[in-house]
Amino acid sequence: MAKEKKGVRLEHVSKIYQDPKTKKDFYAVHDANIDIAPGEFVTLLGPSGCGKTTILRMIAGFESPDEGEIYLGGEPINELTPNKRDTAMVFQSYALLPHYNIFDNVAYGLKLRKLPKEQIAEKVHAILGLVGLEGMEDRMTNQLSGGQQQRVALARALVIEPGVLLFDEPLSNLDAKLRVDMRNEIRRIQQAAGITAIYVTHDQSEAMALSDNIIIMKKGVIDQVGDPHTVYYHPVDEFVADFIGESNFLRGKLAEKDGESGLATIEGHKVEVAHVGHLAVGDDAVLVLRPEAAKLADEGVLPCKVTLSRFMGNYQNYQVMVGDTLVKITDFNPKNHKIYEVGDEAYVAFTPEDVHVL
Amino acid sequence: MARTQSAELDRKKLLADPIMITTIVVLIAFLTLFILYPLAILLVDSFITERGPSLEVFQRIFEMHTFTTAITNTLAVGLLVSVASALVGLLFAYVEVYVKLRTRFLSGLFKVVSMLPVVSPPFVLSLSVIMLFGKAGIITRYLLGIYDNSVYGFWGIFVVQTLTFFPVCYMMLRGLLKNIDPSLEEAARDMGASRWKVFTSVTLPLVLPGLGNAFLVTFIESIADFANPMIIGGSYDTLATTIYLQITGAYDKEGAAAMAVVLLCITLLMFIVQKYVLEAKSTATLTGKASRARMLITDKSVTLPLTILCGVIALFVVIMYICVPFGALFKTWGYDFTLTPKWFIQVFERYHGLEAFRDSFVLSLIASPITALLSMIISYLVVKRNFRTKAFIEFVSMLAMAVPGTVLGVGFIRGFSAGVFRTGFLQGLYGSAAILIIVFIVRSLPTGTRSGISALRQIDKSIEESAYDMGADSFTVFRTVTLPLIKDSFLSGLVTAFVRSITAISAIILLVTPQFFLITVQINEFAEKGSYGIACAFATILIAITYGSVLLMNLAIKHFGTSKYTEEA
Repeated sequence: MAKEKKGVRLEHVSKIYQDPKTKKDFYAVHDANIDIAPGEFVTLLGPSGCGKTTILRMIAGFESPDEGEIYLGGEPINELTPNKRDTAMVFQSYALLPHYNIFDNVAYGLKLRKLPKEQIAEKVHAILGLVGLEGMEDRMTNQLSGGQQQRVALARALVIEPGVLLFDEPLSNLDAKLRVDMRNEIRRIQQAAGITAIYVTHDQSEAMALSDNIIIMKKGVIDQVGDPHTVYYHPVDEFVADFIGESNFLRGKLAEKDGESGLATIEGHKVEVAHVGHLAVGDDAVLVLRPEAAKLADEGVLPCKVTLSRFMGNYQNYQVMVGDTLVKITDFNPKNHKIYEVGDEAYVAFTPEDVHVL
Repeated sequence: MARTQSAELDRKKLLADPIMITTIVVLIAFLTLFILYPLAILLVDSFITERGPSLEVFQRIFEMHTFTTAITNTLAVGLLVSVASALVGLLFAYVEVYVKLRTRFLSGLFKVVSMLPVVSPPFVLSLSVIMLFGKAGIITRYLLGIYDNSVYGFWGIFVVQTLTFFPVCYMMLRGLLKNIDPSLEEAARDMGASRWKVFTSVTLPLVLPGLGNAFLVTFIESIADFANPMIIGGSYDTLATTIYLQITGAYDKEGAAAMAVVLLCITLLMFIVQKYVLEAKSTATLTGKASRARMLITDKSVTLPLTILCGVIALFVVIMYICVPFGALFKTWGYDFTLTPKWFIQVFERYHGLEAFRDSFVLSLIASPITALLSMIISYLVVKRNFRTKAFIEFVSMLAMAVPGTVLGVGFIRGFSAGVFRTGFLQGLYGSAAILIIVFIVRSLPTGTRSGISALRQIDKSIEESAYDMGADSFTVFRTVTLPLIKDSFLSGLVTAFVRSITAISAIILLVTPQFFLITVQINEFAEKGSYGIACAFATILIAITYGSVLLMNLAIKHFGTSKYTEEA
């Protein structure tokens, strides 16, 4: 549906803000380099205050970068005002115009582009059909549920056929169940419209469900860029490992090495590891072990003592101590095998392939 | 680390928006020419004599006994009036927010009292105090049998100003009290504090900055008040009246300018304390909307004395207002109480009633839409946009609030009677209708801007951003989004500006030329002469106009207002 899918490129973009209390300048975004291909769905993910919304607002034109240049479809856009940029944003608060009905809200951008009346009506009806709001043209915005308002906001952004669609935490005001439904809708509509999308969120499951690529940010700096599979299984650091899903960090040293594989010492025990080509013998090694990848068994890699065992319905939640290290274990469908109780002695079991070594 | 690139880019983005640039330039020119320049020229006039800069003029005026007395008079009145107004205002606000009012009559009275400052022309209370308590006063002469009571002087001003200004304090404090989370007080009650203890240890400390704020706002108003001291002050002169007499009586323009500088310094000081110290504090204590409805006090030992006290004061105020139309209908106030239309007939036949009505009405009608639009534009720029001269625009338009009308009047005389900087440039303005309209605008701009700013702050910034993002330029955003969303505030700003203009006196009386008849100037003239029947007839017409326009405004807001769709959203 988009006239032309456009790519977005940020080159060494920084944004400096002043701390209102200390009056000191700091980098809200520092040296961001991003390359988004046309038609791609990319998520900016990170905790609040990491600079992800600032990047989005710089792309939209509401903020001006202090360093670097932003390109939209190959053209530099730093000097363009928001109304001259080929972007459309879906706001966290939806930002619907409360004095207009649904039709006029969606038609707003088209009217500004001076399209003939019939064409506007046609486009609005088509887009309302796409987002599942046909027949609601005459409703006022305050007669809609949160999810419906979100759809109007999306329709309004889509209808002007922007080169890139920007989402600023659009689902954070919805309840949990609706959030899951809406994120599937957003992905479906983005695919149907074939449009480039940049999506800001602090919810990692949203990022995983929606994105072709995820950009993880920490304190104004881009930490890792990759598809959902990469950032989950091959996080570049503890921050990413911890932010995306849950992680156990087993700290030790690399004791032996033979090519890619080797042995690490964790709490006095030797643990077989793979993919340690980047480390030398004697280096600190942090083993990232996902709770669902670890098992509790009578035999295994690391001896442990169970300190918490809780039935959660679809899984059994364990916390065990390996020496002084706390390890969380998620055991799905525990009914068909043994359930350990607090105080039991057992082993944490996993294979070298289950562990990612930092 | 430097923010030069973003500043440069922001500047370029702004330049790409010619309407915005033009608006800003026009605004800055207007504010500079009609607010800053008249004040600056006062400074220049009083410090620079023909023989170069000197303090000669100040030396001269401070040697004048009348002037130094006027300073002490003004401060004494201001201090007492503002303490009294803040306290009475607090009483009313507390009763409305905390006490269960049993009768609809009482809550109706409260509503009337809160509306009075909006519609009330100056002098009205002075006129009725004279008619109730003066030599021929109904209460003093007929009820109490006192024949030589003098209301003129300190106590007259005190009573009249307190009754005029306490409703403003009441409205300010009511908002504050409503925002206090009731659970704070319930927690104190729960821990065993008595009601009195809760009031002194929780409620009062929370509203203290607001109380200070109300005090200072009243102080500024009281010091700047011209009309009441003029009519009821007698020989008790305040700064505003002294300056007026210095110009109109002694023709000493340099002296008046220097006096105006002194008056301005006093109000500016108060304004700065109020704006930058107290206002910040009083909003800091507010944690947002109260979470739950408050349990109203129903205990008779508390409610009875409080409601009776408020009821008596409110009733008294209402009687004072009713007094005025009767003053215009009685044959001779205090002596002959037969009803007669003769004062109204005289107003229209002999005293240019029709012209006065026309001039006041038309000039205010021209000024009010300009004021309302200007204040909405300023509020939009201040709240929603970012540019370098924003702070200047905000400061100057708020500064006008601290400038007493008399000071502005003198500034306009000095600044424009021989053209800008005495070059003859814009000299045609002086004595024209345009300068009166400009004064009306400048005088009502701060109130309008203030209400516009608070209305705009309620609106989610992203609503305008979304329109901007869809491709609308600043002007389109303002026209299609901002203005429709603050329609209520715009409408009430329109009426407030109209009412303020048509009831304005202090600056206008210095600038009006004989070809214009303004109702307020007429009231002043006849009240001065002691022709209370005529003055009351003019005042009645004025009250009818202002009350009518407020009614119209409420109707308009009800029918075209925005509240219906912003309430739920």
